[in-house]
Amino acid sequence: MGRWLDDWVGALICGFAKLVTGVRALWRGCEPDPRPRVYFANHRSHGDFVLIWAALPPVLRNRTRPVAGADYWRASPLRRYIAERVFQGVLIARNGEGAADDPITQMSTALAAGDSLILFPEGTRNLGDGLLPFKSGLFHLARAQPEAELVPVWIENLGRVMPKGSTIPVPLLCSLSFGQPLTLQSGEDRHAFLQRAREALLALAPREE
Amino acid sequence: MNVSDALFAVFAGLFAVLLLASLAGAGLHLRVAGRGGSATIDNLNARVRAWWAMIIVIGLAIWAGRWGVIALFGFVSFQCLREYVSLTYTRRGDHLALVWSFFFFLPLQYYLIAIDWYGLFTILIPVYAFLLLPIVAVLGADTTRFLERAAKVQWGLMVCVYCVSHVPALLALDIPGFEGRNVLLIVFVVLIVQASDVFQYVWGKLLGRRKLAPAVSPSKTVEGLVGGVASATLVGAAMWWITPFSPLQAGAIALVINLAGFFGGLVLSAIKRDRGVKDWGYMVEGHGGMLDRVDSLSFAAPIFFHIVRYWWVP
Repeated sequence: MGRWLDDWVGALICGFAKLVTGVRALWRGCEPDPRPRVYFANHRSHGDFVLIWAALPPVLRNRTRPVAGADYWRASPLRRYIAERVFQGVLIARNGEGAADDPITQMSTALAAGDSLILFPEGTRNLGDGLLPFKSGLFHLARAQPEAELVPVWIENLGRVMPKGSTIPVPLLCSLSFGQPLTLQSGEDRHAFLQRAREALLALAPREE
Repeated sequence: MNVSDALFAVFAGLFAVLLLASLAGAGLHLRVAGRGGSATIDNLNARVRAWWAMIIVIGLAIWAGRWGVIALFGFVSFQCLREYVSLTYTRRGDHLALVWSFFFFLPLQYYLIAIDWYGLFTILIPVYAFLLLPIVAVLGADTTRFLERAAKVQWGLMVCVYCVSHVPALLALDIPGFEGRNVLLIVFVVLIVQASDVFQYVWGKLLGRRKLAPAVSPSKTVEGLVGGVASATLVGAAMWWITPFSPLQAGAIALVINLAGFFGGLVLSAIKRDRGVKDWGYMVEGHGGMLDRVDSLSFAAPIFFHIVRYWWVP
């Protein structure tokens, strides 16, 4: 019964996100595939993971878990319900405060169990253009789970639908570009890998960003 | 001939043409099916299917009456503006200007048609939106590419809302001896402009050799333009009986709006090309987005409106 309600709430949120944003998935570098993947995307809005989730085929959606900051998503019962029950998020402690579990271990466990992850390697919402420097989590995760595919996903326009501080969304059409999967190459160091991942994501952005 | 008889005749004719097109499309599909199919013929069939849907929707809106027609074109404007702004560079400081455009100026423009307030309808966007939106944007305190951003928002409102709204505004014209039949003017302008697009496509596919503007729109050819505009002008002259015009006048007006429509399509193609996309959106199967379908109508409608208003409204 509880699961049924969670699924229904999830479908409702997805339906609403699709209605407002007309979201369209462009599989430019790969096809939908149930193997464990890390979808890493640019982050401009709290709705980012909902959009990726909504754009995935329903079969994949149930096995794809957003990675989100526990401080934000545990702050109220409603957020906690949505993050934990509806989206089955992997909630990690940011800034190390009260870190009982190591975030990399939490994410590795999910991948090892056959789930996919949605990750925002900028670590926080970017209110400007382009991309912030990536945090090192993506690199550590790639090292811990070398067989997982890292798929860059550029989210176009959602940051413009409802920028920070606004209360009324403008109904722009959003699109998601799924790029070619990356894996960690042997001997590649943290800096080089994060640089390569960041460029792969930026390459999916339309001109003039 | 009264309105319902005329509408019945026009729609019956359209459905007959569509039926022929569907049959021809199915025949072509069977012929190439053995050879692995053809993307052009699949696209042709998708376009024909979309035409069925579009003509049925327009028919239902007309059947629903004045509010149905206004709501339909209000939705068309909304979807066009959505596609336009989605592909246009704006910054956070433009958010409020966009909110005003979508949720204030767009509905108000169509409401003014519904209450028949021509004086404000015709200046709302060129005067009030033109002045208010940059004020709202400047309060966002971001001067980066300010002129360009303000111009883009205004241009989008002009093309997607102001120009398109001149189609339902035809309902408000008082033409002596034509009372109660204004909806036929809408049928006329939409039919002629869309027929011109279809004929340009058909003539271009059949005979197109010389590219007209390869830098702007690679699919447009001289043969397509001449054949398309000439055919649609003849259709316009032949449809004089649903209008207050004589056959010669109907043909001349059709020629003018076909040329305006052609250049409208060219201008909007230039913007798409600049943004590096082929279509404005993906709403109408085989056609691209809503704005791809009404680009020519948005340029033709205000000119048609003012021709009729200047010479036929005392």
